[in-house]
Amino acid sequence: MVEGGGRGDGGDKARDEFLSEAQELVDGLGRDLLHLDEGLKKGRLDAELINDVFRAVHTLKGLSGLFGATRMAGLSHELEDVLDDLRLGRIELTSAVLDLLFQAVSLYGRILASESGETPDPAAEVEQLLVALGQFSQRRAGGGVGVVSQYDLDPGLLGVLTEYEEHRLRTNIAQGQGLYRIRVRFSLSTIDSALDDLKAKARPHGEIITYLPTGSGADIDTIELEILMASRASVELLRSSITGPDVGIDEVRRRAAPSGIPDTPTPVPPDPPAHESFAPPTRVGGSISPLARETGSVRTPGQLPPAPRRTPSVAPSLAQSRQGPSGPMAQELSLRSVSQTVRVDIRKLDRLMTVVGELAIVKTAIANLTERVRNRATDARELAIELARLNRTFDRHLAQMQSGILEVRMVPLGQAFDKLARVVRQISREHGKDVNLVVTGAETEIDKLIVEELSDPLMHMIRNAIDHGIEPRDDRLVVGKPPIGTIALNAFQKGNHVVIEVEDDGRGMDPEALLDAAVRRGVVTREEAKELRPHEVLALVFMPGFTTKEVATDLSGRGVGLDVAKTNIGKLGGIVDITSDVGIGTKMTITLPITLAIINVLLVEIGPRLFAVPLASVEEAIALDESQVRTVESREVLTVRGASLPICRLARLFGIPARPGERRRAFVVIAQVGNRRLGFVVDELVGQQDIVIKPLGKSLKNVRGFAGATELGDQRVALVIDVASLIEEVLLPAETRFLASAAEAGRS
Amino acid sequence: MRRVLVVEDSVSARAFVRAVLESPEFAAVNGPCEVVEAHSGFDAMRLLPRGPYSLIVTDINMADINGLELVRFIRKSEHHRTTPLLIISTLRAELDVERGLALGADSYLPKPFTPEQLSETCGRLLAQTAEPPPGGV
Repeated sequence: MVEGGGRGDGGDKARDEFLSEAQELVDGLGRDLLHLDEGLKKGRLDAELINDVFRAVHTLKGLSGLFGATRMAGLSHELEDVLDDLRLGRIELTSAVLDLLFQAVSLYGRILASESGETPDPAAEVEQLLVALGQFSQRRAGGGVGVVSQYDLDPGLLGVLTEYEEHRLRTNIAQGQGLYRIRVRFSLSTIDSALDDLKAKARPHGEIITYLPTGSGADIDTIELEILMASRASVELLRSSITGPDVGIDEVRRRAAPSGIPDTPTPVPPDPPAHESFAPPTRVGGSISPLARETGSVRTPGQLPPAPRRTPSVAPSLAQSRQGPSGPMAQELSLRSVSQTVRVDIRKLDRLMTVVGELAIVKTAIANLTERVRNRATDARELAIELARLNRTFDRHLAQMQSGILEVRMVPLGQAFDKLARVVRQISREHGKDVNLVVTGAETEIDKLIVEELSDPLMHMIRNAIDHGIEPRDDRLVVGKPPIGTIALNAFQKGNHVVIEVEDDGRGMDPEALLDAAVRRGVVTREEAKELRPHEVLALVFMPGFTTKEVATDLSGRGVGLDVAKTNIGKLGGIVDITSDVGIGTKMTITLPITLAIINVLLVEIGPRLFAVPLASVEEAIALDESQVRTVESREVLTVRGASLPICRLARLFGIPARPGERRRAFVVIAQVGNRRLGFVVDELVGQQDIVIKPLGKSLKNVRGFAGATELGDQRVALVIDVASLIEEVLLPAETRFLASAAEAGRS
Repeated sequence: MRRVLVVEDSVSARAFVRAVLESPEFAAVNGPCEVVEAHSGFDAMRLLPRGPYSLIVTDINMADINGLELVRFIRKSEHHRTTPLLIISTLRAELDVERGLALGADSYLPKPFTPEQLSETCGRLLAQTAEPPPGGV
């Protein structure tokens, strides 16, 4: 728990900032590691990215120390040591190191959850990881300017390089890169964009080592910088590529080479006069780590213990630590973040401010009107017209305000997808399967609350796809599939819903095998099994306790996971559909509402009661012609526009007695969620309205079929129908429904 | 009112320093303080020429312009040649801290620090300077 951190209210605010900043840093860390992993597979090493990772952990360490989060501080401390060694080239980046770093990211998530009091402190796992990390840490060695002093650099400049910058300078020189001094003048008001522009121009040609404000000639509005850059390009090329009004580029000359600097023998041959002729002793193809090579060549053996190949000696501790966070505990792992904050595009807030301004004008108009009424300066008719006009304007602005606030709550699904990419990497490595995750539609926006709740269900589906779907490499080759399996995560908006597909190109689900397993496990009887239709057979995988695997693995097949995933998606008002082709693959499709906060509903009457049906799920409403109702397989069915539609009389389902007296014509509200349609028979259509859903409260939370209740403007209360669960309730065969509720009862 | 410039790229570390230096406890001992936050070296350079500061607190490990470069700039500038300058950085970066002190920083506080340590160090550095002329900028 956090103890320190400022005082009083200021301290509380700072602590909130800490939790959300830490969460953001950890999320960013995960993304950077994935990029490093990709680079590593392609044999590239991005020094800048390693430094970003280092800086993130460095900041986390500083923060957790300030706010008394000791567990996080301890982890960050060890991690920082390893990362510092990595960025300074003392150890090499390997998959084994990345494994540890990925583990650290997931542990950070759990530590953050425990800091906000949600879960227990993962002390044992952190300790195990610390041991593994300790094996990697190297003793520090003193720095030295070394080869750098051969260059005609301002000694003042060398004094302001951080150890890392100095290391990058040495590495670049050792690689035979030339050094350039870029003098540039920026206006302070535009420096951010101007600097980004300059970086973009410089990046293809080499690495910027440091930015030094010269402090000379700068007036209050401009700043002159001296930028030190390493590049293989010629000065002419740089001058023509890095252009700008106040940019000057010079080559930093190399002095006549000294014949030996006592403590740092140079890797560069002692006599080449200009950088073009540097023998590139380190330009060895294939190896990914110029950093590691640099270690061996720059430092004297006496000064530093030779950089050992760490990988073999670390293997045992790796195995050990793997049993920790990703072993049996993995089932409890949650991807939900603790951050309650939403980053907002300032333009969205500007639009809201404009609307508030408009509302202020309405308020003034009402005040004027009130004054006129008080002075009896207006007659009733005129007053009514003006009030009606004001009411319309007010309505319009209120609607804008509402949609503006909703927009602020929206975040891209990519936030959840980034974490899933880590899960795919981890699980596929543990299973020895090669899996490629292909994401589309990460920019699709959905309510922040839904994104958070969605991470875990998606994780279960992906675990399932890797464990049961994707075949081992050899099996895939036999059937002529590419050796690397693919899991596609596609998101897109469809009307008022967001659809997310989790699709794998694995072995698919065999309905026969599913039925067999279901009967064996007593989920259905053999007789019932014969009655099930094809899509109902596939839906068996969502039943509690269902698995086809004889031996449960660490990952899935324990009979938990998919049923929980489905329940949780149901709580969000969503629905899961599944399709599968044997030998080709499986696709799970999640359909979700865009937001949970404010929804547009159709108000209907059943007997004397009012109910609200979310319009997002309503296709249309038609008058019921009783003569058209047929009964098929003991279910009432209508034919609407050539397609048959099962109907459900809500009065009967809810047990509401009909109003005495006249028998009016009823209506059918046609609802659709995913690819399932159902007609709800109601007595009266009342109208549309925007409502705020309130939860039903603890004692009623297990009642199915209702999403909550809402208070209407006229003090009346209406129950909000949970269309997805009601469709399920009605369309699911009676026997499986019974089993599902029995299993639920047994669990709780 | 004394003004303190805090240069830090972490928003919560800035919030921490602000909470301590603007607290009634700190004001009771050292007089009221106003914290001005800079989120990067460049941001600091934008703010520095625009008025006197009684104290500058800076991190070292920041993107683009690092704290060392900022220290050198500050010590070369007309306005802030003598302004007390405190480096806050982790113990690990000892070489960086050495360089910072060599460049003219007055003191160094290793992260993590407690509110009390920060109060004590800042109070000591502020005591070296007279109150700024009334009117501020």
